[in-house]
Amino acid sequence: MTTASAPLATTTPEAVGGHTRWARNPWVVFLIRRLARLLVSLAVLVTIAFLMIHLIPGDPVRAALGINAPADLVEARRESLGLNDPIVVQYVNYVQALFSGDMGVSMTSGVAVSETIGQRLPASASLAVCAFAVVMIVSIPLGLCMAVLTRGGRRRGAELGFTSTSAVVAAIPEFLLAVGLVFVFGVTLDWFPVAGREGASSYVLPVIALSIGPALLMARIVRVEALSVLGQDFVRTARAKRLPPWRVYFRHVFPNALTSTLTIGGLLLSAMIVGTVLVENVFAWPGMGMTIVQSILAKDYPLVQGIVLVYGVAVLLVNLVVDLMLAVVDPRSTIREA
Amino acid sequence: MRLEHWRSALKSPVGGVAATLLVAFAVLAVIAPIIWGDAAEETDPAALSLGSSPEHLLGTDALGRDIALRVLVATRFSLGLALLATSISVTIGIILGVLPAVLGRRAGRLVVAVVNLAVAFPALLLALFFAVVFGIGSHGAVLAIGAAGAPSFARLVQTNVASVSGRDYVSAARVAGVSRIRLVVRHLLPNIGEPLVVNATVMAGTALLAFAGLSFLGLGVQPPSYDWGRLLGEGLDRIYLNPAAALAPGVAVVLAGLAFTLMGEAIAQVVGIRTGIFRIPQRMPDPAAQAESGRDDDAVLVVEDLRVAFPSADGQTEPVDGVSLTIQRGETVGIVGESGSGKSLTALALAKLTPENAAVSATRLDFTGESLLGRSDAEVRRLLGTSLAMVFQDPMTSFNPSMRVGWQIAEVARALEGRGRREALDRAVDRLRKVHMPVPERRARQYPHEFSGGMRQRAMIGMGLMSTPALIIADEPTTALDVTVQRQVLRLLRDVQRDSGAAVVLISHDIAVVSQMCQRIVVMYAGRIVEELPVDRLASAAHPYTRALLGSVPDMTTDRERPLATIPGRPPDPVSRPTGCAFAPRCEFADAQCGDVPVLTAVGVEHQRAACWHPREEPLPVVADAEIGGRV
Repeated sequence: MTTASAPLATTTPEAVGGHTRWARNPWVVFLIRRLARLLVSLAVLVTIAFLMIHLIPGDPVRAALGINAPADLVEARRESLGLNDPIVVQYVNYVQALFSGDMGVSMTSGVAVSETIGQRLPASASLAVCAFAVVMIVSIPLGLCMAVLTRGGRRRGAELGFTSTSAVVAAIPEFLLAVGLVFVFGVTLDWFPVAGREGASSYVLPVIALSIGPALLMARIVRVEALSVLGQDFVRTARAKRLPPWRVYFRHVFPNALTSTLTIGGLLLSAMIVGTVLVENVFAWPGMGMTIVQSILAKDYPLVQGIVLVYGVAVLLVNLVVDLMLAVVDPRSTIREA
Repeated sequence: MRLEHWRSALKSPVGGVAATLLVAFAVLAVIAPIIWGDAAEETDPAALSLGSSPEHLLGTDALGRDIALRVLVATRFSLGLALLATSISVTIGIILGVLPAVLGRRAGRLVVAVVNLAVAFPALLLALFFAVVFGIGSHGAVLAIGAAGAPSFARLVQTNVASVSGRDYVSAARVAGVSRIRLVVRHLLPNIGEPLVVNATVMAGTALLAFAGLSFLGLGVQPPSYDWGRLLGEGLDRIYLNPAAALAPGVAVVLAGLAFTLMGEAIAQVVGIRTGIFRIPQRMPDPAAQAESGRDDDAVLVVEDLRVAFPSADGQTEPVDGVSLTIQRGETVGIVGESGSGKSLTALALAKLTPENAAVSATRLDFTGESLLGRSDAEVRRLLGTSLAMVFQDPMTSFNPSMRVGWQIAEVARALEGRGRREALDRAVDRLRKVHMPVPERRARQYPHEFSGGMRQRAMIGMGLMSTPALIIADEPTTALDVTVQRQVLRLLRDVQRDSGAAVVLISHDIAVVSQMCQRIVVMYAGRIVEELPVDRLASAAHPYTRALLGSVPDMTTDRERPLATIPGRPPDPVSRPTGCAFAPRCEFADAQCGDVPVLTAVGVEHQRAACWHPREEPLPVVADAEIGGRV
């Protein structure tokens, strides 16, 4: 996005000095505000992740080591984790360590949390990215297609079939779909591997399980949005220009239906990032989702803390990207906000 | 939520299915543990991990317990935990939701900010976090799922409270000194009950699924207790040996979750407003009449008996009721009439741009000698693409807001003539210059919202000039503009016509505007043409409606002490159009004969036709020298 879409005031050279010119540019104002919001959210997230270990009733170290652990071992572990320091000191130390990439050490394996996450993150991220790509590739053409087919109350049967099927399928959570897929394509047909991450074929079932529901949900949103855009004056202008239908739909209708599509798309992507936790556990996928469940069960709190933080940051980054894309797609909203 | 709402929710097919399912689950939840509770706990060392058999329909688990019985018995625990978690979500949600209305401004904003931040995170992440804090097990999981669902419910309550709290009765209560808490309990919550009930129902389904998820991961219900999620997790380990052990609890979870979701949807549909859309069959043109009518080579456009109908509550209405019109090459024709006379719809029908639900028919529709009737969309696009340009009424909404103006203009050349990007854009800039756009190179790179109304309308005309139009249809091109800009746009249209030789159809409710621009004027009333005359014959207009229109135009000599002349009565609604002459109820000359529809017949000397039983013959002196503001 260039400044070409900034309002005229910023491009008239007279009366605006170098400094105020920047400050008046709505893009600059928007970016500064949005980044400030990100920083606040990050601060809250880090604080909550830090507090997690303190919110647990009782002594987390005692809980982790078990009731029979000798008292001096518990005390030594508390000391090494810094749990005996005043809470403010602990907080400052925690934040400082985070800045140098140190998220603590696993209580069960003794391996650095950042190292474990570094090993597990690619598996989870590749799963989420693939699934999101599938959602986008399927839902946008499907939603537009359904909007065009059912516009102006046409094809009531197709509309009813699409809305009810998508509502029912989208209501089934990903891990149950995953179990169904394991049964049909793994156990019965034996087409795809049902556990582990080896080769492209191992991606098929987890990606399908993760993407079907969001894809249908998204297609519904695209359809409803596209239907409302289809009734607007500028679509009539596009038709008056005698453009081929695909051009009307993809160049004029779709970009104007993007606002809600992007908003919902962002929510879906955040949900899918976390949805990988369940799907990974169905398919024994060696990602962060498997690790977080194992470490919650083992009461390995530093590791849980680290992974929660990574998921949280991922969600915040998705929100940031969505907001930036919204600003590019609909420059009016940016300027209004600024 | 009124009783009849519930009743009609249950009567809809979706609601009926959902309610039946819910009742079945409720019955199971009550009786299954009583009847089969002990049998489901019974271990059988002789039958460990078996598949389906007559004694054990869905097989047995690792301790030899019957899976079918365990799935049935688990209904109570699964549903109970889900409902408990939901009630926690709803309670916390309502409290957080109404807090901003109860607290002061600052504290209220803080609560809103906290909820907004929490909503940004997916519920499952919150549930995992709280599961760590509250501990593993059913207690911890209920609290975790309850807490995780609270932010989204709180957001819902906040939005609804905000929308209601501006209403009059709330303001009145506030002025009357009702305490904040009482205001919330008595005035706010009861009025947002419906969306809350709907969402709480849907949320129960979500909680059920989330609980199954946590139990499946081993973070929820712990042995020896069991719910569907736990059974599913145990079953998945042995899915190759006995698929039913994993599938049965999965199906139970899906069914119960769907029952709640569908119930919510059914209630939402009943509470919301349903809009039905009617379809009417497309009328086919009469091929015989088409073949009969000859060709008129000088005409750009010939249309005969054009009708446009829309479905309405009782049958259909015909806002355009048999319009016949011929436009010669290079001619400027004005179509005038009051709002609702069908003039804009006529223009859209001529350009084949009517809305989806309109039924258009005509016995003849020829454009530059080619019939448009019965052609495919692609053929119509080919025929009209480069030779018919449209200028619409509202320049504010007629441009795509997300596309730069230059690209929208260039698109015509790119899509229809296959020009390159650079070449098309250059031509667009050239056309913008032609319509007197200052700094066209920069303007082409801007978005529509950076243009003024007049500039957009000029850009729209420029867009029509991208190819060589034989006809420009301008539908109220100046209505949305202020007077000085109106004049510029009309002058531009005239220049464009002079340079390009295109015919122009100018549609307007303003006979003064039309008389400045056009050679010929067509007057429409209630979907029909009532008079057609050359502009220099305006002074001897024959139809009483045309005369009334002319009489209502003020000019420099109008006595400003007297009220402006108006036409008494209102134009008829197309639904209840009078039989016969539609203007008769407002006409001072009407008599019994006007009960029949008059046809257009020649009156006066040349090219003047009127549809009137009592055409006027005396000249209109006022109009004769009313050069209404001078010609543009």
